[in-house]
Order: sequence, then C-alpha cells, then structure tokens
Amino acid sequence: MSALWNLSIAEAGERLRRREITSVALTQAHLDRIAAVDEQVKAFLTVTAEAALEDARAADKRLDHDDRVTGLTGIPLALKDVLVTKGVRTTAGSRFLEHFVPPYDGTVVRRLREAGAVTLGKVNMDEFAMGSSTENSAYGPTRNPWDTTRVPGGSSGGSAAAVAAGEAMGSLGSDTGGSVRQPGALTNTVGLKPTYGRVSRFGLIAFASSLDQIGPFTRSARDSAILLGAIAGYDPADSTSANVPVPDYVQALTGDVRGLKIGVPREYFVEGTEPGVVKVVQDAIAVYRELGAEILDISLPHTRYGLAAYYIIAPAEASANLARYDGIKYGLSVREGADDLIDSLMHTREMGFGPEVRRRIMLGTYALSSGYYDAYYKRAEQVRMLIRQDFDAAFATCDVIISPTSPTVAFKLGERTDDPVAMYLADLFTIPANLAGICGVSIPGGFSEGLPVGVQLLGQRFEEATILRAADAFERVTDYHTRWPTLADTVAKPKRKSTKKLV
Amino acid sequence: MSISREDVQHIALLARMHLTEDELQVMARQLSGILEHIAVLQEADVSSVALTATLLPQSGVMRADVPQPSYTPDLLLANAPDREDQYLRVKAVLD
Repeated sequence: MSALWNLSIAEAGERLRRREITSVALTQAHLDRIAAVDEQVKAFLTVTAEAALEDARAADKRLDHDDRVTGLTGIPLALKDVLVTKGVRTTAGSRFLEHFVPPYDGTVVRRLREAGAVTLGKVNMDEFAMGSSTENSAYGPTRNPWDTTRVPGGSSGGSAAAVAAGEAMGSLGSDTGGSVRQPGALTNTVGLKPTYGRVSRFGLIAFASSLDQIGPFTRSARDSAILLGAIAGYDPADSTSANVPVPDYVQALTGDVRGLKIGVPREYFVEGTEPGVVKVVQDAIAVYRELGAEILDISLPHTRYGLAAYYIIAPAEASANLARYDGIKYGLSVREGADDLIDSLMHTREMGFGPEVRRRIMLGTYALSSGYYDAYYKRAEQVRMLIRQDFDAAFATCDVIISPTSPTVAFKLGERTDDPVAMYLADLFTIPANLAGICGVSIPGGFSEGLPVGVQLLGQRFEEATILRAADAFERVTDYHTRWPTLADTVAKPKRKSTKKLV
Repeated sequence: MSISREDVQHIALLARMHLTEDELQVMARQLSGILEHIAVLQEADVSSVALTATLLPQSGVMRADVPQPSYTPDLLLANAPDREDQYLRVKAVLD
C-alpha cells in the first residue's frame, strides 16, 4: 500500500479533486510522518496540528462543492520561519524573536490560504536566513534526511529537509544568495529562486532587501510550477514587486527542449568543485543534448568577483535591516542592569543575535562606515552591475545556463562552523543570480557517493517557465527526483497523534 | 586589509552591539580574514560602470493617498516588551 505522504502535489491534487482521498487524511498522514521522523530530521520549529486539520476540513468542503478549487486546495505545506504568520509564532531562527507572534500574514501566506492550501507549521532556518547549513539556528541544526550526520544546506534547511523526508508535500523558503537552491541540491529536492520582484516580499522578515526572494521546494518541477503559480504576481504592498503577468507555469511543461539553447559557463567549471559533482552536471548536459537541446560554451567573465561583492552588499543591507531589533517594539529586550536606553540596546543586541548575524552586522556596518564606503560598498555595487551585464550578454545567445548548484555534496555537521569563509564558498555558484536578479532552479541531477547532487538551471528575468520546462524535460527521462532517503525504513513507527507542540 | 581590535570596538558602537573582550579579538581576526577575500574587488575594472542604486525599472513607487483599514493599537502593541496604556515604555533617555 502506498503511503499518502509520498505522493506528489500533482498526484495528490488529482486524487483530492476526484474525491478519492480527503485533505484531512492527507494532512493527518503528514502529521503522523512528522511525529515519526522529525526527531531525526529536526525540520520543524512549530507544528500547528490543530490549525492544519481545520484548514484540511475547510479544503475538503471546497473540494466537495467544487468551490474555488485550485492545484493547491487541500495540499499540506510547510513554511520557513522567516515568513510571518498571523497568530503563529515566527522566530526567523533567532532568540530575538523567540516569542514573537505576528499580527498579520505575509502576502505569500495569504495567497496560499486563499488557494486552499494547508499549513502544517513553521520550519527551521539559519538565523535571519544567514548561513548555508542551518547550523546558525538558535534552535539547533536540522539534519539531512539522506545522512543525518550531514547538514541539509541553508539557510532554508528546514524547508528542504521537510520535503525531502516526506514531512510536507512542498514548502516555501527564501533565497538571498542561494538559500533555496543550495539546500535543494543537498537534499534531492527542486528548489526554485524566482526572478527578483516575481514574488512579493511583504511579510518576509528582511535580510538583504535587494537580493531576497521567496521560492518553493518540491519533489518535482511540475509541483514547483504549481506552487510558483500560486505565490507569484504583483502586490501593491511590496514596491519592488513586478507588475508583470504571471504565465501558466504548468502549461509550459511540454517536455520539449528541442532547439533550446543551453549555455555552459566555463567559469563555473573550475578547480575546487568535487569531481562527483562535475560528473553529474556533465551527465545532465549529455541528457539535454540527447533531448535535442543545443549546448553552447559561454563565458561569464566577472564570476570571480561575485562572492566578494555579495559579502559586502548583503551584510550592508542586513546591518540596516537589522537595526530595527532594538528591544522596544517587539522581541527580546534586556533592561536589567542597563544604565540607560543605549546601554539596554547594546546588551539586547548582544544577547539576541548569534555569532554569524553579529559578524554580518559588523561587516556591513564597517563597509558602510565613513572612509570605507567608496572602497567597499560603492565598488561592490559597480561589480554587481558588471555581473548583471555578463548575464544579459549570455542570455542574448542562450535560453538557459547550466552549472553545478553547490561545489560539494552535503558536508558534515560542524565541519565548517569555525571557518566563515569556507561556509561562504558553498554559495559560489548561486550568488551571481541574486546579484543579477535573474531566476534559477536546482534540480535533482544524480548522486555522488550516495548523496544528492543538484544541477542549477538559470534563466533570464521572468523566464521561470523556460527553466521549469527544462527541469521537467530532464525529469521525464531520469528517475533521480523519485528517489527517497532510507530514513523512513529505519525509524518510522506509526503513531496516531502528533506529539509535537500544538499552537 | 586587516581590522584592529580598536576598529572592531568602534564598529560595534556604531552597530549598537556590545562585545566582550574575547569577542572583540575573535571578531577582529574573522573580519580580517573575510576582508582578505573581499580584496579581490579592487582588481575589477569598474571604470565603465555608473553607480546605480537599483536594478529595478521602477522607482519612487507611490500609492494613492486614500485611507486604508489599519490594525488596532492593541494588536500592534501585543508584542511590546513593556508598555503603558497605548505607549511603549523604555529606559530614560535624559536624566
């Protein structure tokens, strides 16, 4: 008998609409799955079991009466704890917001609710989305379902692990320098970063506002298309959201990539990437060639400056965004023993932020400070423009750019926590897309030493349909995305009720 | 480019973040390491690039000046660490 938790969103949606299964049963199957495996995975910070079942009953009613039924009606999903949810604690992985209960829903959360989706709860992340391993969470690390001694990637590690382990059918994360694509690669899930402005950031707790973008995790390109279609679109509440029509992403999945021009950037195939990762990407290129795509050598000459520009721009924006955490309006406030307001502020921020967040606030403050602004911030913004021009030139000759998502497979917990620069290198291939504002997706491309390897497909601004079509075409002739970690077989013990904390 | 303990102390004050003596030392070492990697930026030829504040086509987005529904003060103050009626209470700024 097949378990309900291992269905795709597309399959489950069809069975829900034919009324062969109920959303309540589907939701309960996921709550049971969370109870069975989350002790191992530690993806969830908050499980909203009762609210989820209530959502499910409402969805079943809509399905019964064929009332406002969408591709997500009755589908249980998880949300990265950086997305504000009305009445449900939202921590951003930080001690600072341990008891913060938002008064409103973010736009993506509202859109999912309107589509009839079920929210299972909030999932773990690096504090304020700063990190590549989810080890910077104030609530402890999430484990990679493929090997629980390894990291799931980050910063959206909880979102990735929950989907990889069958604890949610899909999830939302946020991607500032690779925080959806890199954990997607490390957990064998499809992680999509939409074009900057494609998805409203209203209600996304800000890290670096010119780079942040919300994106879905799923176990197939088709499911990614369904989820993106539900969250994309103009929002007057986000002045950077784009007033550009949202195409039917599912309709775009024709399976046909004949004549599609795929660029292979030579700067992304350099020393330092694991041979097992390079082989998977080369095999994927061969698959596309066989499917009739045209493979082109291209150059993105300013790639080598990407990481440096990012580690000025992102911390600079973060230092400004995180100035709001002053312990006055909400969040942690340390007042005991403080002489005055400033003293209280200094100690609140010392206690509230973890080491990586403090490091980035310091770096950003330094880069913006008098005397250093021209050398660092101004120059980084100019380099950013050069990187964008690289992509514009490349997309004049090709439709899609292919590369590794991450230079390595999932690394061991604790392996890089003492070396910030080694951790930053995990995002070498994902950062340029954020700097240029283009879209990208990491897809399950194969395995190296038993661990998943992601293949990154980058597309021009607002060309999500093109990269999803390429992703789907690859899935039609490969089975990597259908493989599951063995986690379930070793630890699953069926329980009737979720034992996690209820909200 | 390396950062001294005194530089770190100055930045920490700008960032309104207290650091212990140990943290000042560690931060000086780590920030220096990061800046070493960032130094590559100085090699880029940026002479052809004008400084741009945004990559977006739109800027200065305004909405119509029409009243919208708002949240109640109680809802917005529900997360306040300390309040008195509809005010936030803080440590005295002036003696």
